[in-house]
Amino acid sequence: MMDLGKYAAEVISAWGISLAALAGLVWWSVRRDRKVRAELERTERDHG
Amino acid sequence: MSIWSYANPRKFLDTTAPWVPWLMWLSAAVLAVGLVWGFFFTPEAERFGSSVKIIYLHVPSALMAINAWLMMLVASLIWLIRRHHVSALAARAAAPVGMVMTLIALITGAIWGQPMWGTWWAWDPRLTSFLILFLFYLGYIALWTAIPDPDSAADLTSVLCLVGSVFAILSRYAVNFWNQGLHQGASLSLDKQENVADVFWVPLLVCMAGFVLLFLALVLLRTGTEIRARRIAALRARARRVEPVRA
Repeated sequence: MMDLGKYAAEVISAWGISLAALAGLVWWSVRRDRKVRAELERTERDHG
Repeated sequence: MSIWSYANPRKFLDTTAPWVPWLMWLSAAVLAVGLVWGFFFTPEAERFGSSVKIIYLHVPSALMAINAWLMMLVASLIWLIRRHHVSALAARAAAPVGMVMTLIALITGAIWGQPMWGTWWAWDPRLTSFLILFLFYLGYIALWTAIPDPDSAADLTSVLCLVGSVFAILSRYAVNFWNQGLHQGASLSLDKQENVADVFWVPLLVCMAGFVLLFLALVLLRTGTEIRARRIAALRARARRVEPVRA
């Protein structure tokens, strides 16, 4: 494990929060896209 | 072929859909290279110690926070002038991405500011204009969801976007305009004397490229989602109009 010195807490928390936010954004976008695609297929089958 | 042909939703989807997975993976690869390089293979800065590693997330996210709003501004102007639905939906799709970028810039800035400035927050021109930009993002997203008629929502959010652009530009140039406050000037400059040292600058450029690619990938993906959601709404509305006639 690398030594981040006296700013270790700041560096790790900044990176942790940022990467979690980016991963959450990607996950949410992909999940919503899949849901909407499936819903569109259903709707086109029923009403298209 | 005219660029306006992509204003056709079907044409837009057919053209962009194959690009999205490639852009996603490319952005992941470029980000991985930049972030691993920045975190593990760059030295500590003389004045800032290891806290300099926060720059690899703070600067690219701040850059994208401002540029996402400027992209929304261009898309909003296209909607207001030419009434292309895809442009209004692209602006809507970009807003949550820009909002998350602004949030990352604010949080990483506060975490860095605490040990360096001795405070999490100061009413400094750049910090304050960034906070206002974040509030504009929230308002923009809320306005889209609050108005049921999509064309009225696109009109009103476009006007809000025009107003918010003042703060997007202020966020970028606040340090130069007021020349006061805690926040230092730009970390990147075309003037080599003002730039950060090459050892930090090169991985930072890679991270910025990764953020730009991720933004592009997410906006294309989310615009496709918005177009499909609009199609679902249109099909359901048509079915509601037809069913009473059948009955």
